[in-house]
Amino acid sequence: MSAPGVQSRRPVLGWTIHDSLIIARSTITASFRIPEALFFQLIQPVIFVLLFAFVFGGAIPIPGAEPGSEGDPSLYREYLMPGIFGQTVAFAAAASTVGLAEAMQRGIIDRYRALPMSQPAVLIGNTFANALRQVLVLTVLSITGYIVGWRINDGIVNAILAYLLLLLFAYTVTWVGAYVGLSVPNTETANTAGLIWIFPLTFLSNAFVPITALPTWLQYFAAFNPISALVQATRELFGNPTGAPTDYWTLNNAALYTVISCVVIIAIFAPLAVRKYRTAARK
Amino acid sequence: MRRKESPGVTFVPVTEYAVQAEGLVKEFGDVKALNGIDLVVPRGKVVGLLGPNGSGKTTTVRILATLLKATSGSAQVNGFDVQRQADDVRRSIGLTGQYAAVDEFLTGRENLTMFGGLFHLEKNYVASRSDELLHKFDLADAADRPAKTYSGGMRRRLDLAASLIAKPGILFLDEPTTGLDPRSRIGLWDVISELVFEGTTVLLTTQYLDEADQLADDIVVIDQGQVIAHGTSSELKDQIGGDRIEITLDDEQSAARAIDALSGVVSGEPTTEGAQYSAPVAGGSSVLIDAVRALDARNVSVADIALRRPTLDDVFLAMTGHGAEDQQPERPEPSRRGRRGGR
Repeated sequence: MSAPGVQSRRPVLGWTIHDSLIIARSTITASFRIPEALFFQLIQPVIFVLLFAFVFGGAIPIPGAEPGSEGDPSLYREYLMPGIFGQTVAFAAAASTVGLAEAMQRGIIDRYRALPMSQPAVLIGNTFANALRQVLVLTVLSITGYIVGWRINDGIVNAILAYLLLLLFAYTVTWVGAYVGLSVPNTETANTAGLIWIFPLTFLSNAFVPITALPTWLQYFAAFNPISALVQATRELFGNPTGAPTDYWTLNNAALYTVISCVVIIAIFAPLAVRKYRTAARK
Repeated sequence: MRRKESPGVTFVPVTEYAVQAEGLVKEFGDVKALNGIDLVVPRGKVVGLLGPNGSGKTTTVRILATLLKATSGSAQVNGFDVQRQADDVRRSIGLTGQYAAVDEFLTGRENLTMFGGLFHLEKNYVASRSDELLHKFDLADAADRPAKTYSGGMRRRLDLAASLIAKPGILFLDEPTTGLDPRSRIGLWDVISELVFEGTTVLLTTQYLDEADQLADDIVVIDQGQVIAHGTSSELKDQIGGDRIEITLDDEQSAARAIDALSGVVSGEPTTEGAQYSAPVAGGSSVLIDAVRALDARNVSVADIALRRPTLDDVFLAMTGHGAEDQQPERPEPSRRGRRGGR
């Protein structure tokens, strides 16, 4: 396809990485230029921690906990934090939705598409940057958790694995977010559409209450909800209470199911998003 | 070599035309946006694509810039096929759309660095080229401020700078001055004229007739997805007749005397309406002096007298039956709207 005389081009993958890094760096730089947005992105999970820890604290029993400790608020806080971690990384999707909808509305996507660059790089870079930003969010959240009594109880290696699992999940949902962002007609819709599916998904899980507390049909949904597996795996890796054991394979092999879910979701949504991007018209 | 991937001599196909399109058709569902557009842009020239909103200007540019696939027809840009050799086309062109397509949270310089990197240019080249463009477009003082602090004119200049980072030989400007205040508009015209002077080929879309008049060597008038006229500005004006003399008389009663007095000066049938007199003339501005003398000799007093060259608006009205700035309905309708009059 190249013109005669054009030699020694990088392999396609090389350019894709090169271009993705440029997009990722620009996306991260830009996000630090909007301190308000960054502030609210950080404050939202912190508010969740405080609300759940102090409002629901003792009201939600954790089945399977040591006798006598049931109803102890500090126990719920240990149980709660991985739930908040899971919920927070799920919201990383919204940043990609809004970011790409805005880029499209402002015509930047047109400019990218008229450049001789790797076209999937725009999406790879954007999703990567939004997932990477979760490092900062998770740091702030971990400190907040520590203050309210959450602890890492199972060693540093497992803790690092827990954080990596959370970041993998963040990266996965940003692809869903990217697809939504390229599909909505304008940024106003993106602001709503970017969030609307995440709320039920995070609440219909074991993030805040043990799934045994849910009606049976919802239990089934919650058990297969990748967020449940993510939260379960995170609880195990941090050495936090997990609630009573269940019969669901997905929760008994939580880390494995989380990784499988992430691979499947990316395998579905990345090609969908790239295809959407290639035909995207400025709206 | 500034292109990382081409350390050898960059191959430039020798074609007479920078842009060549034949029979471009684009359908969106059952709406035919383009109905067989033929277009050539000779190298080093500026061609203005002139038409009202919805006439297909932007669709044409988007096809040529590889952003849209034509339903049928073919197009080559810099000798490369827009569908089969999209990357080669993209390496040859700069595109500035109707909106300032820059990241508003990045500074001017960061924007240029980013686009230069995505063009796969070397860092050192991008740095010096950015400086050059920022100075040239009067953005040096604002180079390290986020683009969202820029005025509308500054953003457009940054947008144009971004499309020039790789020194493209061919530039597509899609309504580059839409929404700008008159001063910024003229500023942008100057910048574009300079680029053309340096040898850049430009395909410009506009709905402003004065813009096409000002910048374009050749004008292609399109309406409802079809080319309805083609030529230089003066050729198009000649098609609807030459200059006219227009006189506002002091009183309506002297109209008859004016017609009589000027019968030897004008070159065609005059029209009068109240105290307004209008007639075609030949021979340039000396006609004005002859007219004033003739009227003075017959004691016809005059409130205003002017030689009016036809504008492209007149061309448009004559060819389409509606003004260039009338809004077009999205779907072509058999009945034309009535004329709204001049600008």
